[in-house]
Amino acid sequence: MRDKTQVTIEVKDLVKTFGSFKALDGVDLKVDSGELVALLGPSGSGKTTLLRIVAGLDWPDAGEVLINGEDALAQGARERHVGFVFQHYALFRHMSVFENVAFGLRVQPRAIRKDEAAIRARVKELLDLVQLDWLSDRYPSQLSGGQRQRIALARALAIEPRILLLDEPFGALDAKVRKELRRWLRSLHHEINVTSIFVTHDQEEALEVANRVVVMDKGRIEQVGSPDDVYESPASAFVHGFIGESIELPVQVEGGVVRLGDRPLALAAGGAAPGASKLFVRRHDMLVGPPGSGAFEGAVQHVRNFGPVQRAEIVLSGGKTIEIDAPRDKELRVGETVGLEPRRYRIFAG
Amino acid sequence: MTMQIVHSGPVTSSDETVRAREALARDNLRTEPKAVRIAIITIAIAFLTIFVVLPLVVVFAHAFSKGIAAYFAALAEPEALAAIRLTLLVAAISVGLNLVFGLVAAWAIAKFDFPGKTFLITLIDLPFSVSPVISGLVFVLLFGAQGYFGGWLRDHDIQILFAVPGIALATTFVTFPFVARALIPLMQEQGTQEEEAAISLGASGLQTFFRVTLPNIKWGVLYGVLLCNARAMGEFGAVSVVSGHIRGETNTMPLLVEILYNEYQFVAAFAIASLLAMLALITLIAKTVLERHLDEGQDASDH
Repeated sequence: MRDKTQVTIEVKDLVKTFGSFKALDGVDLKVDSGELVALLGPSGSGKTTLLRIVAGLDWPDAGEVLINGEDALAQGARERHVGFVFQHYALFRHMSVFENVAFGLRVQPRAIRKDEAAIRARVKELLDLVQLDWLSDRYPSQLSGGQRQRIALARALAIEPRILLLDEPFGALDAKVRKELRRWLRSLHHEINVTSIFVTHDQEEALEVANRVVVMDKGRIEQVGSPDDVYESPASAFVHGFIGESIELPVQVEGGVVRLGDRPLALAAGGAAPGASKLFVRRHDMLVGPPGSGAFEGAVQHVRNFGPVQRAEIVLSGGKTIEIDAPRDKELRVGETVGLEPRRYRIFAG
Repeated sequence: MTMQIVHSGPVTSSDETVRAREALARDNLRTEPKAVRIAIITIAIAFLTIFVVLPLVVVFAHAFSKGIAAYFAALAEPEALAAIRLTLLVAAISVGLNLVFGLVAAWAIAKFDFPGKTFLITLIDLPFSVSPVISGLVFVLLFGAQGYFGGWLRDHDIQILFAVPGIALATTFVTFPFVARALIPLMQEQGTQEEEAAISLGASGLQTFFRVTLPNIKWGVLYGVLLCNARAMGEFGAVSVVSGHIRGETNTMPLLVEILYNEYQFVAAFAIASLLAMLALITLIAKTVLERHLDEGQDASDH
């Protein structure tokens, strides 16, 4: 496929409300040419609304959308030349796979419309690209979910879109197909190199596929960074809690001392501001030792094995229950008292 | 009732008896006792026979009571032919209008959110909840000699009441809900995603409608048109009020049936009635076929 010209996407201070619900509350984002960016967040975080506004399927109450520096809000969805892939595929149910992919080429103004032979060649090329040329006479209802989504992608690519937007593209698929398609999407993006944004609520998907991850919550962007950034250095309590499995403990910070309930913990407060705070530790970062060896102590209440790790429920002295993932080299026993030392932790105000 | 069977006999050690009883219990779990089944089915058949089959048979029996020649002679009467022509014309006009109105209303309701939507849905149902006679009277009040527009119409020499326009208007009003009612749930279920996909692929509004929306609802449209047509041809009450019963001019088939019947011309009355009955039968068959297509369409739409 031929090289795409440079295309950037920029949104500035985007606001959108549905009735009293604030779907977007001042969102700024810049996507560079050729990037594959994931919008990650729980449902209701505004990620799909943001995507639909970029596509021209929704309109913001305030703010700007620039595609290649041009005001995109001055154009309708039809003129923006954006490839959009829907969560539920939105294939035209009464058209064959071939006609679905050809649709964007057939509705072009007569002056620039390709002739039938050129359309056929182009559709064939796209069906080859998504490796489904053998399905071209079938109807959408005869395809599996994964096949439908690949056809939807081929259809979106047929118009040679300037940018590609995918709304929860794998959300309706089962786990195994989803994993395959993820890898396939990443390599496809590598091949065609179109500036792309995809929406997902699945952190694994975002971290595995995207060059850059945008974490959203309640209509705001919480953090923008590489997959490693958002996982290793979460910028807020929300990001830490949302990405990766975390232990979250309510603590008090006073004069450089961290307290859990009335117990001071042997942990440095670092730069944490005084007041009520939250302590976050990844489950696998909580190291198990003999009683009295770490910052925490607790009794093992329940143990289950999960492949390479054992997941233990531990009641801390003070009453709080946490779940940790420990390596299986030393079996934990129910009723046993252990010391726990966080290898890494973060404290966020609030 | 069915569970008691299991405990009804003394426990025996014979395997066969136990097995037979289990089979009986299973049967009884699935269906009612035989006597009840027979009674229910008999009642249903008797009811259908008395209220549906018998009247239909009577219509045709009376129509052919003086022989086939008399039947066709009755249909070939100028009055009968005029009534058939008028009925077809009125049905064509009202079905055509309601096809357009119904499509527009269903489109607006299913694909857009706007204030007053619930009110609009209620309004669409109005013709179903109002007596057809009232529907006809409304037009008399509007367009009659003493009506709101009566004077203006007379000044401009426009005849609405006791003429084709009045009959078409009344029929259109009475049959308005059919197309819209058939389409609204269908279009709501299909959502707007395919339209959004079409537009983002560069299709214009018209291209989207004719290439995406219309093919998806075509069976629903036909279904609505079919029912609308059946009612339009059969409408009596509203048409009776606005028609004026001018023989050979403003009598539709149902009106003519009544007039002929009152004049003791039974063969002629039932001959025309038999045409309406045949229309009903054809409508029923077509409806069954269309419903099958509609079901298929829904199966194909699952995610």
